[in-house]
Amino acid sequence: MDLRKLKTLIDLVQQSGIAELEITEGEEKVRISRFGMPGATGVPAPAAGPVAQTVVLPGAEPAEPADPAGVPPAEAAGHAVKSPMVGTFYRSSTPGAKPFVEVGQAVKSGDTVCIIEAMKLLNEIEADRDGVIKAILVENGQPVEYGQPLFVID
Amino acid sequence: MFEKILIANRGEIALRIQRACREMGIKTVVVHSEADAEAKYVRLADESVCIGPAASSASYLNVPAIIAAAEVTDAEAIHPGYGFLSENADFAERVEQSGFTFIGPRAETIRLMGDKVSAKNAMKKAGVPVVPGMDGAMPEEPKEAVKIARQIGYPVIVKAAGGGGGRGMRVVHTEAALMNAVNTTRAEAQAAFGNPSVYMEKYLEKPRHIEIQVLADKHRNALYLGDRDCSMQRRHQKIIEEAPAPLLGARARARIGERCAEACRKIGYEGAGTFEFLYEGGEFFFIEMNTRLQVEHPVTEMVTGLDIVQLQIRVAAGEKLALRQKDVVLRGHAIECRINAEDPYKFTPSPGRITSLHMPGGPGIRVDSHAYAGYFVPPNYDSLLGKIIAYGDTREQAMARLQIALSETVIEGIKTNVPLHQELVRDTAFQRGGTSIHYLEERLAKLTRAE
Repeated sequence: MDLRKLKTLIDLVQQSGIAELEITEGEEKVRISRFGMPGATGVPAPAAGPVAQTVVLPGAEPAEPADPAGVPPAEAAGHAVKSPMVGTFYRSSTPGAKPFVEVGQAVKSGDTVCIIEAMKLLNEIEADRDGVIKAILVENGQPVEYGQPLFVID
Repeated sequence: MFEKILIANRGEIALRIQRACREMGIKTVVVHSEADAEAKYVRLADESVCIGPAASSASYLNVPAIIAAAEVTDAEAIHPGYGFLSENADFAERVEQSGFTFIGPRAETIRLMGDKVSAKNAMKKAGVPVVPGMDGAMPEEPKEAVKIARQIGYPVIVKAAGGGGGRGMRVVHTEAALMNAVNTTRAEAQAAFGNPSVYMEKYLEKPRHIEIQVLADKHRNALYLGDRDCSMQRRHQKIIEEAPAPLLGARARARIGERCAEACRKIGYEGAGTFEFLYEGGEFFFIEMNTRLQVEHPVTEMVTGLDIVQLQIRVAAGEKLALRQKDVVLRGHAIECRINAEDPYKFTPSPGRITSLHMPGGPGIRVDSHAYAGYFVPPNYDSLLGKIIAYGDTREQAMARLQIALSETVIEGIKTNVPLHQELVRDTAFQRGGTSIHYLEERLAKLTRAE
C-alpha cells in the first residue's frame, strides 16, 4: 500500500472521529486505531511487519508543535529529512531525468536527495546522515513547507 | 478582484485581514512560523504554509520564504499587515517584481516616508505643517549642532532619520548635554537602523498625539477618514486610542484632514496610511507618516462605518474609490484598549498558555483578538493579544461600555494589562479628555513612588 493512500486514510480517521479502521486490499491489510484519551500524547506502537501495517494515532493533537506535517511517528521509524525551505519538491535534476534517490537506496551524508525550487532557483537538498532511504514522503512537483518531512533515512 | 491573497503576518492582524478576505470571497493563504502552527487563523485559512522556525528573522522577516510561499500557492497579492515587512520598501519591490501585488503604497513612497528627514521635507513641500527644526540631517561638525539647537531653542529632541515608531530619540534640555546626546543617538541609530543620520527638532512639552487616517486609490483620489487621539502611551507605545480626538473643533479637523489628503495627491500615495502629528497650543506639527494599516484602525472603522482593510484590498486591485469626502461622516465615539500579555504594572512580558478566556460582548463592543482558551502565547513576538473596542453615541457612553467590557474580560494562565486599562478608563484626567503623551508615564511614576 503506498504511503500517500496511507496518509489519506490516517487523515480520514483523525478528522472523522472513527475509533478504528481496517482495510483489506488484496494481500495487504491496514488497521488504523485511535490510542489513548483526548489530551494525552500516547506513545504509538512501532509499525508491525512489511505487509500488515498497524498505525496507531495519538488520541488528540500532539502537545508540542514539533511534528509540523502531522505524519504519525509510527510511520517514520528512522530519521526524517526535513525541508529547510518553502518551495516545490522535485525528485530529479531535470524533468525526465533519473531521480536522485529511490526507496532502498543507500546514501551518504552530503549526497543530494532532491531539489527544492523557490523563486526560480533550484536548491539541492542533501542527506544529513548516512543510511538507507526508507520512505519518500512527497510526490514529485508537490509544494513543501518549512520543516516538512521529505524522506525517512534509516 | 483578487482570488487569493497571502497574509504575511501573524496574531490579531492576520485574523483581521483574513476576515476581510473571507467576506469578499477571497481565498486566504496564511504563512506562519513553527511557533504559530496552532493559531486560529492558520486553521481557518484555505491554505497555510510554514515558512520557518519561530525566530522572526527566519520566518516573518524572511522575504524569499514568503515569496516562495506565494509562488507555490499561486497567490495573487500579499497583505503585509503592520510591523514586520509592511514598511520595507525592498520587500514591496520584490513582491511586485515577482509578479504579485503588494497591498500598500508603491516602494518609492514607502522609501520616501521611511526616511524621516525626507518625509518631513516632502510634507513641508506639500503644505503640511511640521515640527520646527532643521531642514536636513545634522551636519558632522559639532559647532553646527550647537548653532542649530540655539536657533530652534531648547528643549530640543535628537532623532534618528532611519528610526520612527518611537525609537532612536533623545531629549536635550541644555547646551551642555547636547553633544553627548547627539553622539549617543548617532551610535544607537547606526546599531539599530544601520544609518547614523540624525536630525533635530523642537521638543514640545505637553503635546497630544493626533493622527489622520487617509485612503487613496491608484487614480489620484484621496480622502481623509477622520482623526484618532493616541496620547495614552508608555515609552512611545500606544496603549489606548480613540476616535475622534476629544476637544478638537470640526473646522480644525477638516483643515488638517484636507491638507493630508492633498499631500497624498501630491506624492501619488496609494492605499491606506496615517499622518501622525503632535498637537499643542491649537497647532498641528507633523512627525511621521505610517505607510501601512495601523493597530488602532478599528476605532476609525467604528465611527465611519467603513472597512479599511477591504478598502485597502479594493484599491490594490485597481478599483476607483466610490467614496467621496462628503460621504465620510464621523458618528459617535470609539475607544480601543490594547490588551497585552504582560504584567500590568511591571510591563514584563507574560507568554504562556491561556487556561481560560472569556471576551466581552454586548452593544457597541468589538473584540479583535486571535486568542482562545488553551492558546499558547509564544515568547518570540510582541505581546499584543488583541484589542477591545467600545463604541457609543457619545464619548461618555463609549467609556461606560468600555468599563463594563473590561470588567467582564477573563484571561487566565498569563498576566495581562486588563487591570491597568480598568484604572485608566476610570482616571479623571482621561475622562475629561485631552491628556498629553506624557500623562501615562507621569501617572505610572506617581504609582511607583507611592509604593
